[in-house]
Amino acid sequence: MSALAQVAGDPTLDPPAAAPEVKRRSWTAYVLMLPGVLWLCVFFLLPLVQLASVSLQSRYPGFPGYYYRDLNFSNYASALTDYAPHFARSFLYAGLATFLAFAVAYPLAYAMAFKAGRWRNFMMICVIAPFFTSFILRTFAWSQILADEGWVAGVLNFLHLLPNGHIINTPIAVVAGLTYNFLPFMVLPIYASLERADPRVIEAGGDLYANGFTTFRTVTLPISMPGVLAGTLLTFIPAAGDFVNMELLGPQRGKMIGNVINDQFLAVPGGYPVAAALSFTLMAAILVLVFLYVRRFGTEDLV
Amino acid sequence: MTTTTRTTPPATTTAPKAHRPSAGRRAQVWLADHFAILSAILVLLYLFLPVAYTFVFSFNDHGKTNIVWQGFTWEHWQDPCGVQGVCESLVTSLEVGVISTVVATILGTLMALAMVRYRFRGKSASNLLIFVPMATPEIVMGAALLTIFVQGFSGIGINLGFTTIAFSHIMFCLSFVVVTVRARIQSLDPRIEEAAQDLYASPMQTFWKVTFPLILPGIAGAAMLAFSLSFDDFIITNFVSGNESTFPKFVYVASRRGIPAEANVIGFSMFVIAVLLVVGAQVVSSLRASKLKS
Repeated sequence: MSALAQVAGDPTLDPPAAAPEVKRRSWTAYVLMLPGVLWLCVFFLLPLVQLASVSLQSRYPGFPGYYYRDLNFSNYASALTDYAPHFARSFLYAGLATFLAFAVAYPLAYAMAFKAGRWRNFMMICVIAPFFTSFILRTFAWSQILADEGWVAGVLNFLHLLPNGHIINTPIAVVAGLTYNFLPFMVLPIYASLERADPRVIEAGGDLYANGFTTFRTVTLPISMPGVLAGTLLTFIPAAGDFVNMELLGPQRGKMIGNVINDQFLAVPGGYPVAAALSFTLMAAILVLVFLYVRRFGTEDLV
Repeated sequence: MTTTTRTTPPATTTAPKAHRPSAGRRAQVWLADHFAILSAILVLLYLFLPVAYTFVFSFNDHGKTNIVWQGFTWEHWQDPCGVQGVCESLVTSLEVGVISTVVATILGTLMALAMVRYRFRGKSASNLLIFVPMATPEIVMGAALLTIFVQGFSGIGINLGFTTIAFSHIMFCLSFVVVTVRARIQSLDPRIEEAAQDLYASPMQTFWKVTFPLILPGIAGAAMLAFSLSFDDFIITNFVSGNESTFPKFVYVASRRGIPAEANVIGFSMFVIAVLLVVGAQVVSSLRASKLKS
């Protein structure tokens, strides 16, 4: 879990070692690094370079599926104009799901860190265990749970809380699915940062006559901020690129950007260049959002 | 449980005229104190709800689609391979999972050792190279891999299929292995290794007799993480698999016309096996810990 918490930290900085450690300089290090670095270069960097090149290719007119090397920036223009609503929806749904996941995960992580006692390991297993069932099976299970015949829709309809009588095949179901699917990525980093906190610090808030909410806002939440930051990133990034929840739970129209990229690559003949431009735009947009977000919320707590 | 002691007012400071708080007030205090644990239980129930559905619908005596409950049957548990393609895809997923776990764990452990124990040129660049794949949406990685496999590597005889799935899975498991193992190595006291060397152990002996056994739990954890990431991956696999089918891909394709209950049987069985493994590992490690204490 500390691993997950570390993800949000500045990757270029090693955490300070507990004892001043003499680090050796040796060619052994290069031998140890070489296979892994090569693998990442060939199967991560090189494909990204290729994706960049594809995003500028043009189609041979009349031969769908054949492209020639080019500097065709109109792929980006059409990616941004034709699919702007899809981008907006993706970020909106992913943002909502991240917020909901935070709201649901925090009490759980808090209880695990401070209230669980000897049940702590048991609860930890409970958080991870559901994710050993294939995530597509679980998402499909949500489509059964939220179906019109199901009890959730029944109860909500009885209370007249559903404007058009359905949950399934609406954006609500998509956000619910996204919230559920990435929840452990939110719980585990928050738990990891709370677990390291000294419970006496939080008790001190109470001793100084702060009420429960004030203690939470001024003591507990800031302590767990690195975990919250890691958790929100680990939830938001996969949620923004996801297409499975939309496919299984969402409406026919009004897809997310992940669906467009997936369809353009795998179902639309000749779709490669625009799809590659969309992928690159998505990656860039996420990097910018993450950068702004980390700068806004993360500076002091992460160093 | 230290925080719960706050609810009982300390007897020494209360004046004798202090009266018992009203029932409403006590209920309020009780709720405030147990709010976290109650909501935690609710969240855990929420997490398990779809798993329970998967389990229950593995007994559904369904016709064409397994969406609505139609009646109880043991049939699917007696012959989980009864539906065409389900077990073939499961075998593919297990093979890919084992191969990518083994390769990614070995490569990742070597990298983690180098990152913690050595100083070398290009360390921060390597750090970035390890970090960025974890922050890249899967759909972008899948798309990038597809373009390089189709437009580049097919020229040297690598076509979409088993090999490309395994290559891709090794790639995205690698970063998670490095981060997990590195955290474990960082938590080691370097003086233990120094002590071994003071006792005239060679670097090789130090590694195999001291360092390796100490970081083994971290490596095991990383391997389990890698296997579960690989086994459950769908988005990248969908891009690079060609005609090959893995278990998640089988389920996804089947979901258009209704997932057969046999897939529920397999999915739930994997869940049970994984939980037993995790619980077993916990028991073993706590036994080891209590042995060390005594």
